[in-house]
Amino acid sequence: MHLFIEQLINGITLGSIYSLTALGLTLIFGVLDILNMAHGAVFMFGAFTAVLIVSKLGLPLWVGFLGGCIVSGLLGYALEMFALRPLRRRKNTSPLAPLISTIGVSIILENIARALFGSDTISFRTSISDINFKLGEIDINLINLVILAVSFTITILLYFWLKNSKSGRALRAVSENPDTAAFLGVNTSKVITFTVVSASCAGGAAGVLVAMAFNSVNNEIGLAMGLKGLAIIILGGMGSVNGAVAGGILLGLAETFVVAYGDSGYKEIIGFIIIMAVLLIKPQGIFGTTQKVKV
Amino acid sequence: MVRLKLNKIIIIAVSLLLFSCKADVPKVKGEQPNSQQSIKIGIIAALSGPAAGYGNSIVNGFTLAASEINKAGALNIELIIEDSAGKQEQALSVVKKLINSDKVTAILGPTLSTEMRLVGPEANNSGIPILATSNTASGITDIGQFVFRDSMPESIAIPFAIKKAIEKYHIKNVAMFYGDDDVFTKSAFDTMKSTAEALGLNITTIEKFQKGQTDFKAQLTKIKSTSPDALLCSALYNEGGVILDQARKIGITVPVIGGNGFNSPKIFEIAGSSSDGLIVATPWFSESVENPKVLDFISKFEKAYGSKPDQFAAQAYDGLFIMAHAIKTAGSADRNKIRDALASVRNFNGVLGKFSFDQNRDVDMEPFVLIAKDSKFQLLQ
Repeated sequence: MHLFIEQLINGITLGSIYSLTALGLTLIFGVLDILNMAHGAVFMFGAFTAVLIVSKLGLPLWVGFLGGCIVSGLLGYALEMFALRPLRRRKNTSPLAPLISTIGVSIILENIARALFGSDTISFRTSISDINFKLGEIDINLINLVILAVSFTITILLYFWLKNSKSGRALRAVSENPDTAAFLGVNTSKVITFTVVSASCAGGAAGVLVAMAFNSVNNEIGLAMGLKGLAIIILGGMGSVNGAVAGGILLGLAETFVVAYGDSGYKEIIGFIIIMAVLLIKPQGIFGTTQKVKV
Repeated sequence: MVRLKLNKIIIIAVSLLLFSCKADVPKVKGEQPNSQQSIKIGIIAALSGPAAGYGNSIVNGFTLAASEINKAGALNIELIIEDSAGKQEQALSVVKKLINSDKVTAILGPTLSTEMRLVGPEANNSGIPILATSNTASGITDIGQFVFRDSMPESIAIPFAIKKAIEKYHIKNVAMFYGDDDVFTKSAFDTMKSTAEALGLNITTIEKFQKGQTDFKAQLTKIKSTSPDALLCSALYNEGGVILDQARKIGITVPVIGGNGFNSPKIFEIAGSSSDGLIVATPWFSESVENPKVLDFISKFEKAYGSKPDQFAAQAYDGLFIMAHAIKTAGSADRNKIRDALASVRNFNGVLGKFSFDQNRDVDMEPFVLIAKDSKFQLLQ
């Protein structure tokens, strides 16, 4: 039984990070109708920034966390300015053009990361990463609890912001119908920029949490996480916030329990098996609706 | 026009030169090698491309050995160094050049096992002794009678590590963890598994991971629940370091016996103090060794290249000395005689220790078994 609970904690921790990663993707898909293929690379930069700030500069963990979020947010701003907005301005661009340009950005970012940080795994040591305690028979890592707390807090804040605040409502209006929103006085351009930046911040935060959870970063992590994020929003329903959260947790639990009670060789593919099964029954994803109602 | 003429002249000159070389060869055969008569030895190493780190270290080992052999005076070795870039097709074209135009007496290299698959048969069919100093794949010397190796494959090193660890820690139950999507980690795992079975160990669980993963907690939690006496782990250093770190964090404190991927200083950079209790076997260990031959080699190498020699430099260094020893024993530049002399090398005293070739011209020696303590390897005693 205690083994089950330990694995449950592993799975929910992993899932909460997946959720946060997928949230950024789903927000951008909601307002822009594009898949942001550079999200993984932005995520990785967040992780590397935090590691540099904490390990090399010796600053406290929360500074590293903020630094990772800020750098990722800036990269999101650059992504919007150089890769997305110019394409939106032109009429008659292919709907696939922004997808391709985000792939381009992700390749550029990955190469920059290789030049800056090298291709080796870099370890990430934090003051809390060695703290364990026992609850009855259950071994608990403090860091898992911290990660759970941080990622759920960010997710809940995002959720209520979208639901209740003025700018959140503007974002939802733009995702519903950009032309009508503009007609009603919403500055769509500003909303889009704001969305891409905050989605990238969330991605960066998820990157830092991954580095904390697994004590390390490497430059392959961005690609892996970007693809998993896409899988999650397809599973949960494109553009759905609830879907991103539920899909992320589901994937984290599935990956953990297939190892715990099945064969660890299937860890990487279990998510995709679930996606195929879900899409056969509900092609629009768990929280997707046939009408495209987003965010 | 002029350029064309020049080309023709060069072609004629080169072919004349080649012709004259060809005419010389029979005379060389059967002659006593002496300091006047230089012996050409071809080197194939990956000096560019992703394996260049290994290749450069290897060539440094050869060059240092050649200068010492020539200084000693009994032989005069001329190294002809060719870059294979770690690519099979380039390795094949340079071995053809070494055989056909340079007419080398013997070849050392190439750097990678995959290159040897093409280079080995070429040298073997031409009757040229070839000595691999860095290949670790299985079956290298099965290529032919002229193919030798002085680098230790994992299939020899790993069983030594496991046996020594059993002696020391009275291990009965082992858990296994390996990367199932990489040729090297998979083959080391196969060796570990067959060794564990042969030694009658009880395998509690076999877990896998894939390249690029950073989360091993699910697998490690499962491994911990089977309470093994040791963990046999086959991974490259990037994943290996993270696995060690996470294993220690979730409370796996038993010794971890690793494959060659763990035998890297990078492990300590990644895992830090979590690496304590890591056991590996290696043919080359330079610290806390009081052998004057080894100390002399290290100081000469550092003086020449400004860095400490690694395993690859040491294997290359010994490789050329073994080849020189065989040439001297053969007493001639005759390749068949050199092959026979190489095949009978036993208990050669090199920087790696006492070196012998086995019946199959493969390496036959004991590795050092090391254990990590305070972020450093030391001999497991």
